[in-house]
Amino acid sequence: MGKSICLRNAKINQKLKIISVTGDGELGRRIRDMGLIPGTEVHVIGKAPLKDPVALRLKDFTLTLRNSEADNISVAILED
Amino acid sequence: MSQYTVGIAGNPNCGKTTMFNALTGSRQHVANWPGVTVEKKIGKIKTDNDSIEIVDLPGTYSLTAYTQEELVARNFLVEERPEVVIDVMNADALERNLYLAVQIMELGVPLVMGLNMMDEVRKSGKNIDSDKLAELSHCRVVETIARNNTGINTLLKASIDLAKEKKGAWTPLNISYGPDLDPVLTEMERLIEAENFLTDKVPSRWTGIKYLERDEDVVIKGRMNNSELSNQLEDMAKKVGEHTQKTLNAAPDALIADYRYGFIASIIKDVVSYPILDADRISRSDKMDKVLTHTFLGPMIMLAIVYVIYQVTFTLGEIPMGWLESIFGWMGETATNILPEGHLRSLIVSGIIDGVGGVLGFVPLIMLMFLMISALEDSGYIARMAYMLDRVFKIFGLHGTSVLPFIVSGGIAGGCAVPGVMATRTLRSPNEKLATIFVAPYMTCGAKVPVFLMLTAAFFPNNAASVMLIITLGAWAMALIVARVLRSTIIKGKSTPFVMELPPYRMPTLRGVLIHTWERTWEYAKKAGTVILGISILLWAMMTFPQLPEERIASYEAQRTPLTSQVEALTKSGQQEDLANLEDKIAIIDNTEAEEAVRHTIAGKIGTALEPVSKLAGFNWRTNIALTGGFAAKEVIVSTLGTAYSLGEVDVEETEPLSAKLVADPLFTTASAIALIIFTMLYAPCFVTVVTMARESSWTWAAYSVIGSTTLAFGLAVAAYQITSAFL
Repeated sequence: MGKSICLRNAKINQKLKIISVTGDGELGRRIRDMGLIPGTEVHVIGKAPLKDPVALRLKDFTLTLRNSEADNISVAILED
Repeated sequence: MSQYTVGIAGNPNCGKTTMFNALTGSRQHVANWPGVTVEKKIGKIKTDNDSIEIVDLPGTYSLTAYTQEELVARNFLVEERPEVVIDVMNADALERNLYLAVQIMELGVPLVMGLNMMDEVRKSGKNIDSDKLAELSHCRVVETIARNNTGINTLLKASIDLAKEKKGAWTPLNISYGPDLDPVLTEMERLIEAENFLTDKVPSRWTGIKYLERDEDVVIKGRMNNSELSNQLEDMAKKVGEHTQKTLNAAPDALIADYRYGFIASIIKDVVSYPILDADRISRSDKMDKVLTHTFLGPMIMLAIVYVIYQVTFTLGEIPMGWLESIFGWMGETATNILPEGHLRSLIVSGIIDGVGGVLGFVPLIMLMFLMISALEDSGYIARMAYMLDRVFKIFGLHGTSVLPFIVSGGIAGGCAVPGVMATRTLRSPNEKLATIFVAPYMTCGAKVPVFLMLTAAFFPNNAASVMLIITLGAWAMALIVARVLRSTIIKGKSTPFVMELPPYRMPTLRGVLIHTWERTWEYAKKAGTVILGISILLWAMMTFPQLPEERIASYEAQRTPLTSQVEALTKSGQQEDLANLEDKIAIIDNTEAEEAVRHTIAGKIGTALEPVSKLAGFNWRTNIALTGGFAAKEVIVSTLGTAYSLGEVDVEETEPLSAKLVADPLFTTASAIALIIFTMLYAPCFVTVVTMARESSWTWAAYSVIGSTTLAFGLAVAAYQITSAFL
């Protein structure tokens, strides 16, 4: 497994695996409701015209979150 | 004959509304959930033996207590105990959709899973073994494609069968939440059962889970029920929370979520098989996003789409609008011819036909707008607009999803601030919600469209579409600026999470779009038939009474009589030039009389009293009356201006459009038109909106909005009038 980075710094189309989600309370709940939990494989498929928020592809669907929220998620790079 | 209640739950974007429409057809009834403004849709259907009430629950991802929608859905299950719940699931994202299902299963309500969008699953090359899913989850599972009615009857039958079998008995799902939480939960269950704590409504284990999750709603109810036990449970949750935080660096709610997903994963691995070769295939939706949310192309396309919506609405809408105008014109003429001159004729022609006709004339516009907006919403594009605009909204202290209240309120012209303000419920940060509520009514709602349309047609006839676009963008700019000011002054605070699904692009279904458009249009037309009819009559009365005193009427008559006899004399001798001259003189007398008559009425007195102040913005007394009426409903501005101008003139000209009358009025200049556009955009929302605002926030906040916005509107209108007058 590759090194662990913050999701904010992930590049488009890097294959990633979530290692930890730190947000608690509502933010954490919201993130987990959408299936972002440790072990989930994701990749960034795009960024909004102003580079924030980002579009994140999970196995079955796409969601979007802000960079400031991506800061709560650390990921490992599986493949560039 | 048995009676059953069936709840329909599901994530947003899973086709739940389509499923509800497919199940109930047109037999729907729309109301609100008690105490909140979340829309409650109920449909009643009858089969050979049973009568079934189908209740559409709000779309949610979870059953926590963070949003009104989730609370409403949860309380419905707990308080009203439906015989069965159908969880409509997007089978293409089964794993995430099962997260809500698991929470319903924890509660124990008899559950039928509707695996919807099976067509998309097959197209993507995935395979879902629904029998296996039923076996592992111990729930009924039915495959459906709601958009073409596939599997609907099977789903309904499965639900009724389950209801008959269970007879209201709940069987909660018991899964492990790990070695740290399990022992605590077992102990909690024991304590809860010993004192029958909340067990009349919910399973004891569920209450325990909610205490571990620190669920505010359940804890508050628990404290009211048995404060001692509640405190004990809260302490237990706190203690184990401190422990897991130290050892696992996670709060109990995070652990519970992890174990739920673990349970789901154990099901998924036997149920869903993914195509091997297709792993790197880029879906059509992702390809579309590459263009539609592209750095440069994305915003350009977005602007183009908004512009196209205008063009289509105005060019196409003009045709049926013309028909309606002629119908109401004909009705007015006929009434004038049939009825004897007097108050009754005046009431029917000027009060009712002109007033209501002016409002109904815009129904085609509103239908076309909503046809296109519904299609955009169903296609998934609105979510992309939120995605592209969030960075901008964040700058102004708002949220990407503020785009929805803005658009519904009329961000794409033609909405309505009432559902727009209601749509702020999706905003969970109270500060962002308050700011959005305050500024959403600035948008160009369907009722303001006629006002702007009439003014642009009159004063900018060659650039009507462009000016309308500028007005809409101006409304956005004002809304954002005012929101920023609010968010850095009276309502400071942190922003809420923006974690949102980008659903795949889908072809909207004709039925879905039509039902939605019909609902919105009907809402508008109903307002025209009720509130606006009443207001039209009230305003007509205000503009008719009190009448001029007898001696003033006699005095005008006395001025006219010698001229009239001269006319008669000249007609006989055939002197055309002098005849025209005389008729002009009579017309001047008529107009003066009419003007004096209107000024003498209640409305005239109010308008005249305000004129010294409103003059600063270029508004005459007629405009003042119309704007006062506009507080009742914005479309009244048009009908009142119409009434005010037609009452002030002679019969022959009554059919002339209002636009032409305004241009002909020397006191109403282009500068006045610009000032009126700005004032109408920003001043106090209509009273229906104000009531909704109060319900969504508080009366204090609604009052702030009315006073604040009107002050701002007048200030800017004055500035615009003075500056434009100086240059033109």
